[in-house]
Amino acid sequence: MPQLAKTGNEAMAEAMRQINPDVVAAYPITPATEIVMIFSQFVADGLVNTEYVAVESEHSAMSACVGASAAGARVMTGTSSQGLQLMSEILPIAAALRLPIVLCDVNRALSGPINIHCDHSDTMAVRDFGWVQIFSENAQEAYDNVLQAMKIVEDERVRLPAMATTDGFIISHCMEKIDTLEDAVVKNYVGEHKVINSVLDVDKPITLGSIDLQDYYFEHRMAMADAMNHAKQVIVEVGQDFGRRFGRSYGMIETYQLDDAEVAIVALGSTCGTARAVVDELREKGIKAGLLKIRVFRPFPADEIIQALSKIKAAAIMDRSDTLSSQGGQVFTEVRSALYEQSNKPLLTNYIYGLGGREISLDDIRRIFVEQVEAAASGKVRGPVQHFGVRQ
Amino acid sequence: MKKNMNWKELMHGDAVAAGTAEEFETGDWRSERPVWHKKKCINCYFCWIYCPDSSILLDEDKKVAGIDYKHCKGCGICAHECPVKEPKAITMEPERR
Ligand code: SF4
Ligand code: SF4
Repeated sequence: MPQLAKTGNEAMAEAMRQINPDVVAAYPITPATEIVMIFSQFVADGLVNTEYVAVESEHSAMSACVGASAAGARVMTGTSSQGLQLMSEILPIAAALRLPIVLCDVNRALSGPINIHCDHSDTMAVRDFGWVQIFSENAQEAYDNVLQAMKIVEDERVRLPAMATTDGFIISHCMEKIDTLEDAVVKNYVGEHKVINSVLDVDKPITLGSIDLQDYYFEHRMAMADAMNHAKQVIVEVGQDFGRRFGRSYGMIETYQLDDAEVAIVALGSTCGTARAVVDELREKGIKAGLLKIRVFRPFPADEIIQALSKIKAAAIMDRSDTLSSQGGQVFTEVRSALYEQSNKPLLTNYIYGLGGREISLDDIRRIFVEQVEAAASGKVRGPVQHFGVRQ
Repeated sequence: MKKNMNWKELMHGDAVAAGTAEEFETGDWRSERPVWHKKKCINCYFCWIYCPDSSILLDEDKKVAGIDYKHCKGCGICAHECPVKEPKAITMEPERR
C-alpha cells in the first residue's frame, strides 16, 4: 500500500482519481477548490476517463451532476460553504431521484460575515436534504470516506447521495502521511457502476422528476426515509468490510477510552484528534475521560450514541455550528433528543465553539473536560448551552 | 398504471413509466380554449408541430381532426401559428365551464 504525504484535498482528489467517475461537474470554492482543480489536471493528463464539466456556478454543478447521474453515469463533485448553499435547491432533488452522487465537501463557515475558515454551519444547513453525511477526522479518513461513500450510495438498499466532509484548512490544507490503496485495488473495490433507471434507456423508457402532488409525494418521501434507515446498516457493513480488506474499520460512531469513562466529549471531525490527545493526558492523571466521535451525522446514529453514553456521568456536546434557535447546536439538539427516553443518561452541556475557524486548543479541551468533571461531581451543569471561546 | 399504490410498490426513485401523462388529465387550467374549424383547415400541420402539449388530434388518415381538451392548456400557440387568413382555422374563445 503506497504511503503518501497528502493534504485532505489531495487525499480526496486521489480517491476520486482512483474511483475514475464517468462525470465530474464542479465549480471552485475555497477551501475545496484544490479537490476539483487537482482532479481536472488528472482529466487533462488523461489519467482518468472522466467527462469534466466546467460549469458557471454550483447550482449548475449539482444540476449537471443530477442529469448525468439520471442518465446512468457514476458522478462526483466537490464544494464548500456558499457553494454548498448555492447547490441547495438541487441537493434534495438528487436525493429524491435517488441518485448515487458523491460530493467531497469541505466544511467552512457560512457568510456572513464572510469567512473562509472551518466550521460546520454549511454542512449542517443541508442536513435534512436526504444526503448521507460522513465527517472525517484527518486526511486518511478523508481518503477512506470518499471510497466508502461510493460503496454506500451505490448499494441498492440506499441509493441516496452522500457527502464525505473534511474540516476547512485544518484537514483540507494540512499535509499528513496517509496509506493509499493501489489503483487496481480501488477499481476492484468500487466495481462496476450499476444503473437502476436511466433516462437515456430507450428500451426501458421512464419519466423522472414528474409532478407529484397530494396523491404520491408522501409515498416517495416515505421511500427516502426508508432508504436512510437502511443506510445505517449499509454504512456499518461497508465500514467493517473496509477494515477486513484494508485494515481500517469504520462505523457510525467511534469511541475512544469510553468503556469505563465517567466524563466524555462528543464531537465531529478534526476536533476529535485534539480531544484524543487530551483524553490520553487525563487518563495518565487518573481522570476517566473518553471521546465519542460521531462519524456519520446522516443518518443519525441515535442507538449507538445511547449505548455509548449509557454509563457516562457528564458529557460535553461539541457543536461547530449554531442553530440560532436558542436551543444549542445541531449535534446537541439531536443527541439530547436521542437520550430523552433513557433512564441512564449523562448531564449534557452544549459547547458551541470554533465558529469561523476560531481555534480549539488542547487547553480548551482540557477546560471542557474539567467542567464535565465538576458537573459530574455536583450533579449540575452551568447552563445547557455555552458559547465557548467567544470574547465576553 | 395501478391507482393508489403504497410506497413499497413504487418504482425506484421518483421514476414512473414513460407516457403516463396520457392518463393524467391536465386540461382544466385553460382560461381560453382553441376551437378548430374544419371547413377552414388546409391540413398544413403547423398547429400539430407547434403545440407544446401534443394536443392536436389526428384521425386515422393522419389528418388534423381537432383538439384534445383533456390535455390542451389553452396557450394559443396553435391559433397564432395557423396560416389561414382571418378568421383562422383555429380561434381562441373564452373558456366557459
Ligand atoms: S392552445 Fe396550446 S396546448 Fe392547446 S392545442 Fe393549441 S397549442 Fe396545443
Ligand atoms: S395550422 Fe390551421 S390550417 Fe394548419 S392544420 Fe392547424 S388548423 Fe389546420
